[in-house]
Formats: sequence, structure tokens, C-alpha cells
Amino acid sequence: MASSVYLCLLRAVFLVCFVNPLIQGLSEDESVFQNPHHQQEENLTGLPIVTFKWHHVETPYLVIIWVFVAGLAKLSVVELNHHVISVVPESGLLIILGFILGGIVWGADRAQTFKLLPPTFFYYLLPQIILDASYFMPNKLFFSNLGAILIYAIFGTCWNAATVGLSLWGCYEAGVMGNLDIGLLQFLLFGSLIAAVDPVAVIAVFEEVHVNEVLFILVFGESLLNDGVTVVLYNVFDAFVALGGPRIDAAEIFKGIFSFVVVAFGGSFLGIGFAILLSLLTRCTKHIQIIEAGFVFVVGYLAYLTAEMLSLSAILSITFCGICCQKYVNANMDEKSVTTVRHAMKLLANGSETMIFLFLGVTAIDTEIWVWNTGFILLTLLFVFIYRIIGTFLFTWMLNKFRLVPIEVIDQVVMSYGGLRGAVAYGLAALLDEDKIPEKNLMISTTLIVVYFTVILQGITMKPLVQWLKVKRAAHSDLKLIEKLNNRAFDHILAAVEDICGRIGDNWWTRGWNRFEENYISWLLMKPKARKNRDYLFSIFHKLNLEDAINYVSEGERQGSLAFSRSDEAANVDFKKQFGSEFADVMPNIMVDMSNYELGIEHFSVTSIVKDTIPSVSLDIHGQDRKNAMDDINAHHLLQQHLYRSRKHQHRHKYSRSHFSINQNEDEVQEIFQRTMRSRLESFKSTKMGVNPAKKITKHHKKELTHKVVDLPFDKTGAINSTFMRDTYTVGAGIENPVFLPDMDSPTHSPPWLMETEAVAPSQRAQRRLPWTPNRLRRLAPMRISTCSTDSFLMADVSLTLEEHEEHSQTDHVEM
Amino acid sequence: MGSTNSTLLKIPNVEVLMQETGLKLVAEENCLNVSPAHIIRLHDRFKALDKEGRGHLCPHDFGAIKELAMNPIGDRIIGAFFSPGKETVDFHTFVKILAHFRPVDKDRPKEPNSPEPINSRSNKLKFAFQLYDQDKDGKISRDELLQVLRAMLGMQVTDEQLESIADRTIQEADLDRDDTISFEEFRKSLEKINIDHKMSIRFLR
Repeated sequence: MASSVYLCLLRAVFLVCFVNPLIQGLSEDESVFQNPHHQQEENLTGLPIVTFKWHHVETPYLVIIWVFVAGLAKLSVVELNHHVISVVPESGLLIILGFILGGIVWGADRAQTFKLLPPTFFYYLLPQIILDASYFMPNKLFFSNLGAILIYAIFGTCWNAATVGLSLWGCYEAGVMGNLDIGLLQFLLFGSLIAAVDPVAVIAVFEEVHVNEVLFILVFGESLLNDGVTVVLYNVFDAFVALGGPRIDAAEIFKGIFSFVVVAFGGSFLGIGFAILLSLLTRCTKHIQIIEAGFVFVVGYLAYLTAEMLSLSAILSITFCGICCQKYVNANMDEKSVTTVRHAMKLLANGSETMIFLFLGVTAIDTEIWVWNTGFILLTLLFVFIYRIIGTFLFTWMLNKFRLVPIEVIDQVVMSYGGLRGAVAYGLAALLDEDKIPEKNLMISTTLIVVYFTVILQGITMKPLVQWLKVKRAAHSDLKLIEKLNNRAFDHILAAVEDICGRIGDNWWTRGWNRFEENYISWLLMKPKARKNRDYLFSIFHKLNLEDAINYVSEGERQGSLAFSRSDEAANVDFKKQFGSEFADVMPNIMVDMSNYELGIEHFSVTSIVKDTIPSVSLDIHGQDRKNAMDDINAHHLLQQHLYRSRKHQHRHKYSRSHFSINQNEDEVQEIFQRTMRSRLESFKSTKMGVNPAKKITKHHKKELTHKVVDLPFDKTGAINSTFMRDTYTVGAGIENPVFLPDMDSPTHSPPWLMETEAVAPSQRAQRRLPWTPNRLRRLAPMRISTCSTDSFLMADVSLTLEEHEEHSQTDHVEM
Repeated sequence: MGSTNSTLLKIPNVEVLMQETGLKLVAEENCLNVSPAHIIRLHDRFKALDKEGRGHLCPHDFGAIKELAMNPIGDRIIGAFFSPGKETVDFHTFVKILAHFRPVDKDRPKEPNSPEPINSRSNKLKFAFQLYDQDKDGKISRDELLQVLRAMLGMQVTDEQLESIADRTIQEADLDRDDTISFEEFRKSLEKINIDHKMSIRFLR
């Protein structure tokens, strides 16, 4: 711990001593350097070996330096939070750090050369945060609460703007604020820019306080959607201020209201249009998987800029683009691209947020903008706070009359307290025209103070408040199959009852929409392959199996090797000791699965392992050979799998900025999966298969099928074995194992399990109990194994095992 | 209110009905209590379903509802209306079953002696449980679960996969290891789900 503190200090020192003076020196000396350069050109007496070309790289260099500084700042802040106290939320700490940095810059420069300029903020820093928020938005939750969100966003914001503006004006008229060159319209303008709850701040603060989903989505959804209102109000009042008081009549007001409709809905539909474009694009990008992830960002940004160009609500546009495209893009894109998008989005969003808060701090250290008017500032703070509370309670009261599950009082308190203002308000304030609004600096100062107050103070106190009020926290829902099953059942039940009652309830709309979406929209926007893999319950089941697989493998490593797969009882006991009863049931069976997997078997109990490995009962020579092969494979596995770390169930907390842990292991899951399947391929190839066994298979298949259920009474789990499900063989002419066909190049092109035909012949073991067929894997939802993968391992293994088992191919296999 | 009253009088035993199901007669100030319009609406619906005007419904009346046929567990729900052995459903039973889906009254005063209202969480769960447990032995056996799963999962899931899912589901919920899910285990496994929300129809308040 001490070391990291030292690291922080070191970093701070670095920042202070080196980076900033460097910047200062460079920017100051810029003019100096230009002249010598010209002089040098004229007085060039000899060849300059090295020249200092600051002015060539100035702009990008400064940008990068600041990004670097922001990164270091975030690092320091996070370390601080981990090791010292985590009382102040990260955003607050970043602002404070920004103060320090701003102080340094100002100290060197006597002027604030690095400010958060509105164009930078609105065009380069904000879009990715909104895109990230909307791309990971829990759609179902969002849309089911959409009514409430809209009420808060539209009416709440209007209420806030109106009341704050009018109250301030009232106080001004009452003379509390002294002499200001300001009028009613300007107060209203100010009210509209300070009224909006800021998504960046909300994410930053609520991320660390895990409140229940509904509460979060209400606050967060409101912060996203209120941009539509804010933009309209701001522009309307800005125009009114420019027009001047007397020219405003009913027509103008009506135009203002109409513009709201156009801006808000226009922005949303534009976003939806871009989402459709994006989905269609990803549908066709099968062959350029390497860059398809980029499309998400590019199209998202396009949506934002296009809306901005058309003076529609840019935030709404990019929000709806993200919300609508998530499902299709995730289904269409290759797994790796999906992961890339996730990681890249989080990176960009995190980075932007850091920079925004840092610059919010830096910008404050500037003597030019600060105008202090006690009355104005304090009253603003007061009104913003009070009217937020009043507004929230008022609208919630109205909403609860219509909601199925009313919003509780405690949640309302948190909602009103969570009305944080942030950089958007500052950006809008900085955009004000000084000529039209002489008191611009006062407004900027006030906005900054409000932002600091909400982010820092309310951020600090949010967590204790939530704990004190015993707010319902986010439910750590494990992905239990029975819960999912019942959820689905309840949906059906509700639907049926609604049908019986003959009334159109909420569910009717949802169902109608789902049907429409499934039939038409998905058909248009999703790849056909992706559409087939959509069965919900099955994908849950599949995910659960994979998690078990991970746990199993990681346990194997911890044990040192997969040796336990060769022993029997002992390993079981270990598991029980380590995991307690929770895993004990599942683990032994999985363990058994795993090892027998290589032998191509699924159902079994612990004892059957013993049978299999001891080369006495069934397989004789071949069993021994297989055991050796297994050793080999185990060793291989051990080495390769050493890279993985164990994963436990991580709760599905989706709203975190820095963690999106639900499927973090997907990539590794896939790889483990691939490897184990590869080993299965090897075991298949270790037997000689021709056309004949086909008949044997069907016979035994039917026999074994009936026996199966009886045989293994205590086989309780699906676990991994079910992924390798037995196939109902359609009795064809035979089963071609491409491995043994004359053209041996097919395995190297694509693994058999990816081929459409029944390409894998079962091993002799498999004839007794049939293993899964790889092509059935297509049924397993999101698992996608890239057909173009250049797995050198695969090819190496293929050739290796082919050689190894060539001599064994002569062996006769006895039917069991 | 006059016409409402007269319509209400046509429904036999209407006071008893309202008492049992909680659908109140008088609209109170508390906005959670409902107007008698619901009983009337349900009565109208009952009459609309009962095409032959016999005063009671039989299974094929329910079958006439098209969307219900497309519901994977539609037939089970229809079955839930009919008590074992009976072939018909009268209005009384109809409303009683539907009353399961009223949103839970949070403000209900807790009287220790009065029977639990039909739309309590526990009764909702019992209703759902009965949908699974067709033979009414108080436990969901593996076969019954399989049947439900088969109904709810798409056709591309093979039988073996289905069986694994069923096995795994039972394993998750089954605490006493008897390979069946009793009501208590069922209830426990659904602790985290907001039953009030999931099994309530708003307009039946």
C-alpha cells in the first residue's frame, strides 16, 4: 500500500515538475521559435543535424499531453481511492486535481491557456460518453419505465427551468442581488441551462452507489432524455433574448413549443435511422470482421454530428442510435468484434469522463471569468436544490396513480438528491453570447459553483445517504435457470390472462411489439444465422454451462493439473472441501464430464471414469493408448490453460463505467471451449471410422437411448455434458469423416464441427453412447467460433495427432 | 351509479364475490381501491365468452380465444379455471381466478383472523405452482417440468438438451434432494423475483 502511495506522489511530482512547465515553456516559446527557424533558413551555414520543430507538432502534442495527463490523473485518483479513503467520488477528486493543475498552469502563464472550450466538449468529449451509456442501456427496463422517464425529462426539466428562472427574477426584482444588467428573459435562459440533469455526472456518482435498477434507470433515463428539452429551451430563450422582449408574441411562443416537438422527435428518429443503417451494415460485414467494430463508433458519431448540424437534439440522436442498434449489432457481429466494441467504448467513455472532470477543475482557475455575486449564486443553489425536490415529488405523486409498482418515497428522495448538474450546463453557459448577455461571466461562475456543489458535495454524501435511508440496492441476481424459466412462464401467464379478460394491458403492447419485431425487424436487420440462435432460455442454459466449464478448468489448475481426472474419489472430496455443498454437486459431475469429454462421452458418474481409464474393462489396448494420449493432451491443456484465471459468478451490474463484468470471460470461455472441442476432434481421429459404423450407430443409438435414462439415476446435472449433446442421427447413407477422406486438407480449412454436414464420425466409445455432433453447436446461442481463425494450435495438433494415431487406425474396435 | 347498481344486482351473490376477491363496491378516497366497473366489465366479458348463454363456460369457450391458442401454456391456464372434476366455470369462479392477478394491496390492514386475500404473493405463487403441477400432488416432478419446458422452448431444442435443462433446473431449486420441487422450494427459488409486478394486471385493481 505504501508503494502505491509513493507511486501517486511520484506521479504528482512528475506532473508538477515536468509536464506542465514543459507545456508552459513550449507554448510560451512558440513565438520565439518561429523566428529562429526563419533566421536559420536564411543563415543556413551548415547542415542542421537536429532541429526543434515545436510548431509543427504543437496542436497534436498538446492534445496528447493533456490526454496523458488526464490518464495519469485518473490513475492517481483511483489509487488514492483504493488505498486511502474512498469518500469522495472519483469525479470529485478529478475536479480537485484539476484545480491543482489549473493552478500550476495559471501560475506559469498568468492566464488560463487550457480551458474547456464548448466545441471541444460538445464534439469530442461528450458523444462517446452518451454512446457508451446508450449502447449498454438495459433496454427492457428503459422502455418499461419510459413513461415515467419522459414525464420527468420533459415536464420536470421545464418545471425546473421555469421555477428557477422566475424565482431568481423575482429575487432580482426584490433587489436582493444588487445591480445587474439582466432581464426576465435572461433569467429564464439561465434557468433553462442550469435545469438539466447531467448524464455524465449521474453516471459518475451513481456508478459507485449501487441503487436498485428502477431508481437508477429513472434518474439516468431522465438525464439522457432531457437534452431534448434543454436544447429547445436554450435555443428558444436565446433567440428570444436576441429578439428582445417586445417582439415576443403568441406566434413566437407557439413556434417555440412546436420546435420542441421537431427537435426532440427529429433527433430521436434521426438516431433510429442511423441505428438501422448500422444494423444493416453489420449484417454485411462478414468478411471484414477486423474493422466492423469501427462502424459502431463512426456511425454513432455521424448520428450525433448530423443531428447537431440540423440543429436537432444531438444527444437524443446518439442515444436512440445506441439503444436501437445494440441488439442487432451484437447479434450480427463476430464475437471478437463485440468484445472490441465493448472494451473500446468503455475506454473512450472513461477517458472522456476523466478529461471532462479534469478540465472542469482546470477551467475554474481563471481570474477572468469569476464574478461573485453572493445573492445570485446562493439563491441559485438554493432554488436548484429546492425545486428539484418539489418537482420530483410532484411528478412522482402524479405518476404513482398510473404505475403498477409505485415509486417509493425513499426512492424519490434519492431521485431528487441525484439531480446533478455537470459539464453540459457549463458548456451551454460558455456558449452564451457576451454581447447579448452581459452577465455571461456571472452565469458561468454560478454554473461552475453549482456543478462543483452537486458533483463534489452531493457526490460525497450520496453513498452515506443511500445507506442511511436503506434504499433498495441493486439485486445481485445470479443467472439462475429456474428464475429465468419462471420469468418467461409468468410472461406467458400474464399474456393468457389478459387475453381471457379481453383487455389490452401493457403486456399486449409488449407482446405485439415483440412479435412485430421478431418477424419483420429482425428479418431485416439481423443476419439469418444470428436469428436462428435466439432461443432465450437455451442461451441462458448455455451460458451457465460455460461458466461451469470455466470454474471447472480453473479448479483443475489450482489443483495443479488435471490429474484429478485420472483419480477418482479423492478429487471429489477436495472439491467438496473447497467449495462447500454449492459446488460439490455440480463439480464432480463436471469433472467427470471434462475428462471423459476427450473420450467422447457425456453421461456418466464418477465411477465410469475409473472404468474408462483403467484399461481393463472395455477398451483394452485402445484404452491404454487413449490414456497415453490423454496424458499428452492433459499436459498440452495444462500449459495452454495456464493462462486462465478463475472466475466466479459476477453479478450483473450493468451500469458501471469501469466494469462490465457479466461476460468478461466470454473470450476465454470461447477459447476453452475451442480447446476442449479440439481435443474431442483429436479423439475422434484416433479411431478409424468409415462408412460402416453408421449402421451400428443407429442401432445402438436407439438401444442406448432407452437405457440412458435408467442407467444413471444420479446424473443430475446438465453442466458441460449437455453442450455436447447426443445427436439424433438422421440415418443417412453414412457418416463421412473428412479426416479419413482422401483429401485430407479439409480439417485445415475448417474444423469439422463447423461444417454443415454430419462430418464427425463417433469414436468407438461414442458408438455406445453418442456424443454431440459439432454441427448441433449451431443451436447454441451466442457461441460463435470463427471460421477464419488461424489457430496454429489447431493445425499443429491436427497434424500431430494424425501422425500419432496412424498406426492405431488398424485396431479393431469392439462394440460395447 | 344507478345503472351500475342495477347491473350489479343481476350478478348473483355479488357481495360475497366482492368480499372474497377484494374488488370493492364503493370507490373510496384511497386511489388504490377500485370502482365496481371492473366486476361489470368482467361480467360483460364472461357473457361475451359464453356464446351459448348458458351462464357458465366450458373449455372450448376458452379455446375460441385465438391468442390463447398461440400461448405455449395456454391450455394449462385454461385448465386452471376448472376445478378438478368440474367441466364448467361459473362467473364466481371466473372472477375468483382472475382476482389472483390483482396488484397487491399494500395498505391492507393486517387482520390476523381474516383469510389471506386471493391476490397475496403467496396465493399468486400457488397459482403459478399449480400450472406446473398438473397432477396436483404438491410437487413438480421432473416429467412435469419437462412438459412445461417442452412447451416453452423452441422446437430446435432436442430432447436430451431439454432433459439437461430440466435436470439443472431441478438441481438449482431442489433443496431436499428428492428430485422434485415442492411448493416451498418453488417459493424460495423465486424470492428475488418481484411477483407482485410479474403477476399483476393493472386494470384489475
